[in-house]
Amino acid sequence: MSLLLIQVLNGVQYGLLLFLVASGLTLIFGIMGVINLAHGSFYMMGAYLAFSLAQLVGNLWLAILIGIPLSVAIGLTLELLLFRQLYRRDHLYQVLLTYGLILIMEEVRSLLVGDDVHGIAIPALFDFSIRLTDTLSYPVYRLLMSAICLATAGLMALVIRRTRLGMTIRAGANNPEMVELLGIDIGLVYRIVFAAGVALAAFAGMIAAPVASIYPGMGNQILIVSFVVVVIGGIGSIEGAFLGSLLIGLADTFGQVLAPQIAGMTIYMLMAAVLLWRPAGLFGRA
Amino acid sequence: MPSPPPLLRALLLVALAALTLYPLVGQVFYLQLFAKVMIFAVFAMSLDLLVGFTGLVSLGHAAFFGLGAYTLMLLSPQYEAASFWLSLPAAVAVAAVAAAIIGALVLRTSGVYFIMVTLAFAQMLYYFAIKSKALGGSDGAYIYVKPDATILGWRPFDLGNRVHFYYLALALMVATYVLLRMVLRSLFGHVVRGIRANEPRMRALGFPIFHYKLAAFVLAGGLAGLAGYLEAAQYGYVNPEFFGWQESGGVLMMVILGGIGTLFGPILGAFALTLLQDFLSDEAIFHGFHKHWLLPMGVLIVLAVLLLPRGIGGLALGQGRRAPQIADD
Repeated sequence: MSLLLIQVLNGVQYGLLLFLVASGLTLIFGIMGVINLAHGSFYMMGAYLAFSLAQLVGNLWLAILIGIPLSVAIGLTLELLLFRQLYRRDHLYQVLLTYGLILIMEEVRSLLVGDDVHGIAIPALFDFSIRLTDTLSYPVYRLLMSAICLATAGLMALVIRRTRLGMTIRAGANNPEMVELLGIDIGLVYRIVFAAGVALAAFAGMIAAPVASIYPGMGNQILIVSFVVVVIGGIGSIEGAFLGSLLIGLADTFGQVLAPQIAGMTIYMLMAAVLLWRPAGLFGRA
Repeated sequence: MPSPPPLLRALLLVALAALTLYPLVGQVFYLQLFAKVMIFAVFAMSLDLLVGFTGLVSLGHAAFFGLGAYTLMLLSPQYEAASFWLSLPAAVAVAAVAAAIIGALVLRTSGVYFIMVTLAFAQMLYYFAIKSKALGGSDGAYIYVKPDATILGWRPFDLGNRVHFYYLALALMVATYVLLRMVLRSLFGHVVRGIRANEPRMRALGFPIFHYKLAAFVLAGGLAGLAGYLEAAQYGYVNPEFFGWQESGGVLMMVILGGIGTLFGPILGAFALTLLQDFLSDEAIFHGFHKHWLLPMGVLIVLAVLLLPRGIGGLALGQGRRAPQIADD
């Protein structure tokens, strides 16, 4: 029973982390119509930022505090230089440019930090486990991660549902021309959404850094899983991304335990099943 | 399909003649490199049938490339040669059947979903290859003896011979080009291009859209399987990276940079990108920096999108800088 509980906790934690990455991906697509293959690279960037900054300042929390505005700045710069050119172009060119961007980010990472696998120590304050039974315990940092992700998701829901900016974002996703005609600077909305997406993915990488190893190519792995999440949830839907993330997190965790031979494939089978049932995803509008 | 203009056609014929004569003067290293380029030209043309003509942007085409390669590995006895005449059709057939199954699922989606879903299916095969002991796991497996082309006691060519292999790759590249041109000139070709231009209209005209798309997907998958088979035969090994998304992304680059919807464009793209990679990763020229050859490659790709909206092929057709297309959905 406790073993089951641990798997559920792990699955939920992985799912919530995925949500931070997938929500940016789905928003950037839903609002700007851009498919961003480099989104996973922002996750990788976050993890490496946390690693490098933590070495520099000696504290993970401080590193995250510096890393977030840095990620926002990088996001705004990339939007200005590259992504702005993509808004009205065919998906083909979006795929091409963002693929090129992945190569660039991997190599820049390799030049700046090298190709070694790294790890970060869990902050001392949270480096202990809660005992569930005599033999089983659960690390507190993972619970903290889940809580942070949930809080972030809640904040996001609040902004999107309750604020004027959120209203504009929702309207922009529906009909950008109309929003523009109403005298709202849609370009500004795009900038905000893009930078927020980059920051969310990077933030996910930062808080995951102490429990996952930091390695080259880590962004591509999470990108593809995020794609699966977005396909299952329905493109452009935040609720769908949330549900999809949890489903994938649980399916992947239980797949590893129940069917280790096909672990890694379970999530794709889940995706195939959803596609058969609802081709536009659970919350898709098509 | 747009036939190449006369001057370009003449240039392409000269290039073909040069490729045919090359083994008389070329070094062995470049024979192998050019054979690889021609294999990727087959792969890229097969993807162009989907991307450029049917309007299906697949980011998982390596799934079928990998299946063709792994089929050869599975059919090769450990210390003997597989029959070329049996293993090659088998590889194409396996890839085509898989394309029919995967296609039936992925073609339920379109647009950006299609991009993500094709990628996900290729990734599924990638993980399957990594986990499966029979397939050699993450290390892959060697094909110790190259396929034997003996038929009825006669051996027309020897795949172990670099020159023979070069001509085989050249012949199959030309054959693929001719086959796809014929297909695209037929009613089928007109219908798939109609689907790309205006799917609702083709549906309204009564064409069974799904079946046409599936047929294109199966044909493209089979040809990708052929390319994978040749790649595995040339280098004598397979590994899960054959299914990898870098492979799918790379071949998509060849198609787009070469110029989609032109057939000869992907061939140019395959040459340009493979030779560029060979140049950028040359230690003698770039010293320590050759390890980071993907950096200049990435910069070039980004610049190409920003400056050359129609690819090299578009440049050759005199449409270098046309207004970018409006996204269609």
